[in-house]
This record gives sequence, C-alpha cells and structure tokens, in this order.
Amino acid sequence: MTISDTLLRVRMLTVGFPNIHGPNEVVKSLDFDVARGGALGIVGESGSGKSMTSLAVMGLLPKGAKRTGSIEFDGTELTALPERAMRSVRGDRIAMIFQDPLSSLNPYYTVGTQIMEAYRSHRTGVTRRQARNVAIEAMERVHISDAARRVDHYPHQFSGGMRQRVMIAMTLSMEPELIIADEPTTALDVTVQAQILDLLAEIRADTGAGLILITHDLAVVSEVTDHIVVMRDGDLVEQGPAERIFTDPQEPYTRMLLDAVPRIDDEIGLLRTVSTEEGR
Amino acid sequence: MIPLRFVANRVLGMIIVLFLVCLFTFVIFFVLSPDPAVQICGKNCTPEAIDQIRANLGIDQPFWTQFGTFLAGLFAGRTYGTGPNAIDCAAPCLGYSFQSSQAVTDMIVQRLPVSATVAVGAAVLWLLAGVAGGLLSAVKEGRFADRFIAGLTLTGMSIPNYVLALSLQFLLVVTLGWLPFPQAVAFSDDPFQWFQNFLMPWIVLAIGMAAVYTRLTRANVIETLQENYVRTARAKGLSPGLVWRRHALRPALTPIVTIFGMDFAGLLGGALITETVFGLNGIGKMAADSITKNDQPVIMGVTLLAAFLVVIGNMVVDLLYTAIDPRVRVGSSA
Repeated sequence: MTISDTLLRVRMLTVGFPNIHGPNEVVKSLDFDVARGGALGIVGESGSGKSMTSLAVMGLLPKGAKRTGSIEFDGTELTALPERAMRSVRGDRIAMIFQDPLSSLNPYYTVGTQIMEAYRSHRTGVTRRQARNVAIEAMERVHISDAARRVDHYPHQFSGGMRQRVMIAMTLSMEPELIIADEPTTALDVTVQAQILDLLAEIRADTGAGLILITHDLAVVSEVTDHIVVMRDGDLVEQGPAERIFTDPQEPYTRMLLDAVPRIDDEIGLLRTVSTEEGR
Repeated sequence: MIPLRFVANRVLGMIIVLFLVCLFTFVIFFVLSPDPAVQICGKNCTPEAIDQIRANLGIDQPFWTQFGTFLAGLFAGRTYGTGPNAIDCAAPCLGYSFQSSQAVTDMIVQRLPVSATVAVGAAVLWLLAGVAGGLLSAVKEGRFADRFIAGLTLTGMSIPNYVLALSLQFLLVVTLGWLPFPQAVAFSDDPFQWFQNFLMPWIVLAIGMAAVYTRLTRANVIETLQENYVRTARAKGLSPGLVWRRHALRPALTPIVTIFGMDFAGLLGGALITETVFGLNGIGKMAADSITKNDQPVIMGVTLLAAFLVVIGNMVVDLLYTAIDPRVRVGSSA
C-alpha cells in the first residue's frame, strides 16, 4: 500500500492510564491501516480497548489518559497537532458516531440545531438558512422522511433507529473522509440494526469515505467491512481481510469469537461463550 | 408556546393544594390553640363576658361553620361581632388581630415591602455567588480553588444565621465602623443609608444559600460534562467555549431554576431570624412577635401566606420549565 492509498495509518498506538501501580495500558502497541474508502472492523469484547482506540484517534481520550505512538491521517501526524488544529480535523474530516444515540444527542436542542452547529463552526460565512438546508439535506440522505419538518424536532421525539440516523446525518453533513462508528447498532433493535448497517454501507458507497466500525458483534462487521482487526485486553490478536478472518481464522481466540456467534443453521443447543482462559 | 391544558391542570392542582393548606392550618389552630377569648378578656373576667367575646369572634360555632366563615372571609370579607362595635375585615380577610386591633391582611401588606426587599437582595447575591462559585469549582475540579471553595461552602452552611448576623453586626458596625448603626429610612429619603441598612441582612441570608447553590452548581456541571452529548459536541470539533456554553451550562443550570423558585418564594414570606436580629419590620419579625404574644390570627395568616407563596413559586417554576426544557414542552411523537 502506498501513502496515497492509506487514509489512516496507526503505528505502535498505546493508551494507558498511568497510576502508582504502573502504566495500566488499555491499548498496547496497536498497528493498523484504513485504506482510502476502505472499511475496517475492530472487533473485541468489552474492555478490549477498541473504544479507547477510536477516542485516541479522535484525540478525545478522557482525562488522565496517556497516548503514545503514531496516528497518521492523510499524511498528517495527528499526535503532533496542536489542539486547535486537531479541532478542525475533528468533526470535519474525521467524524464519529456513538453507541447510544439518545444520550449522545443533547435533549435541549432540536436535531437541526445539532446538525447545523458542526457545519457552522467548521465552515466560515455560512448563513443560518444555508446550514439549515444542509441539515435537511443530510437528514434526507439518511432517509428520514419529512426532513424539512423533523429538522425542528427534539431528540426525544425520534425513535432509537431514527436518532441514530440523526447522528449519522450529523457526520454526513460535514462530508468527512473517515467515519468512526463506535458500536452504532448495539443500543438498537435487531431489525433496526440491519437498516443502520445498510445505511452505513450505502453512505460509504456514495461518498467514498473510509469507515472504522467498532463492535463486539462479528455478525455486524461481516456485513460492512473488508478488513478486520481482532482485539483482546488491549492487544491485537489477529488482523486480515474480512473474508479470510471468517473462513480461516489463525488464532484460537478469533475462532472462539466466531463460534460464539449464533447461526441460523445451527442445531439447537447451548450458546457457546468465550471463556476467559481458553485460547490465551 | 405553553400548552393551555398544562396550565389549566397546574392551576387546578394549585387550587386544591391551597384549599388543603387552609384546611390543615385551620385544623391545627382550631385543635391546638388555647381559648383566645380568655386571653382577650383579661384578669377581671366573667363567664358571660367570655361567652360574649367568643360569639364576637365566631369561635362558639362548630368547626365546619368556622372554616366556612373563614373561607368566605378570604373571598368576600367578614364582620366580627354585631352592632356599633362590629369590626369589618375586608376581603381577602386572613383574620383579625385583637391584640393589635388590626386586620391581619393589612398587617401583612404593610410589612411585605420590607420582606420582599430582603428577599430580592439576598436572592440576587446568593444566585450570583452560588453559580459563579459552583462554575469556578467545577472548572478547577480537584485543584486548590475547588478545595478552597468547598471549605468556604462548608463553613457557610455550618454557621447559624443568628451567629452570623450578630458577628457581622459587631464586626462591621461596632468594631470597624464601616456601616452606620441601622436606622429605619425610606429609600426615597436616603437611598445610600437604605442600602447600607439592608446590606447585612442580604449578606447573612445569602451566605448559607450561596453555599448550597455553589455545591449544587458544581455537582450539576461536573455531572453534565460526563454526558455523552458533551462528548458528541467535542467530537464535532466545537470550540471548548461553545461546548461549555451550549452543551454543559444549559442542562446544568436548569435544575437551579427549580430550587431557586421555591427558595425565593419561601423567603418572601419573611426571614424570621434575620429580620428579628436586624430589627427589620418585615413579615418574619411580625411572625416571631406574634408567636411570643400568642397572637393566633397573625401566626395563621403568616403560615397561610408562606404556603401560598411556595405553591405559587412552584407553579411559576413549572411553567418556566416548559419554556426551558423541550422534553416537558413537546411530548414524544415517536
């Protein structure tokens, strides 16, 4: 892969919460790439460090976290950027979708206002009317019907799936080059999950944006991503093309994760779980 | 826009609560009070004289009749006694103080401006100090400023009002001489002296409240900063100022409105200790005096007024909330 093909290049990324007991690392020397227009799935159980990885890329790690390593986005070293410059990347060129759409939207403002404010703070000289049109257009692109009216509604007036569409519309309005979706379907009904995944795939096809999809659910990544990183306890277990990970997993842990996914053609029996010690 | 049905519901609820407050207060004073007729009659008293006074007061009637007369008095006024000695009490009649020979309503109306002045001034002080202190504390969470403010609020909450009032008076008036000895002056006569008179009561009342509001604001802001939507706002690349102003402050300060409405309304009904210590002729001092003199109609009138103010304050807050919080204003349509 040459530089121009690689949108995001992460090398030796380590995130720790140092305390008196030691560095307390939750992400350890992680390497991965996201190709321009590619879709990377980061898979792992909760506590595997996948969310911290995404927050590290965004530069939004909680207080007390220490980040080392290299995060190169479109040729720019993000770890070296001052906060002000990082802010102009954040939301504009790299956008993020979070797990719980209700709590991720501010209950005090209309969805339109929340879509518009990102646009207005990144683009100078935009009138309210222009921003509003951008918001309506973004809402239409995520298939929210009657967008011109619903743009003035508050988050609590939307259903769970619709709220996540609003979140996606918010990222879309900025036409980012990379979208990071952290468990975007976890809080949603199964039928709605499929719709949201379809939507993400559709948007990726439309805009050519790169995607990092973070999930604990292998079924989810199998539908959308072309490359997969498997994480456990902050370590990279295995990575490779999605196809190969599913058909020919190299690591016992990956195989266990795959086995834990209930399949429609399985004989009825006990659900398999991922044991803590096995496969280590 | 405030939905009409919401307002109607609130007003109806308020009327019911006020009725119950009246009933409850009346029961307490009906059941517990010593016979006021005996008090009024004095030392050289005959049973006939007592009966006469009781008839004049209307307390020879059964409970429900008395309560009915009282309620009627609130809306239409009433007359105590008959003949040339009858005493008129115009609506809204909260009762008649035979000790002061004055209608309770008039007594309250005369003193309300003083109590309102005390309440408004103190409220402005504690709101400013409390919110500012809380914000500073939240920004500097865990640092020296935060701990320092925490110490101050603890002190502020621990000192009883009368200790604070007396110490402040001693310090500022007697020892340092920064303030003149309080004298009753009207605002129109000498605004500066008027201001100086009220300064200490304001500070005394504000300190305890400011401490509570500081803690509340600090806790709310810190909690709001943990919200997912604040993270979303940061992820959008908004400037820290915008994240604070728009996404942290509004949700954090909304609950303050609720508490403030109630606290302020309660204070309008008189600050018992502070007014007494500073010799301010407000409703609080009147209540304190009436308790020592066992002037029941006044005590009851003040009790009802306080309840009324709190209920009204509560309703105003509810209505304000519809303007502030969209979740209350517009129901879910999903």
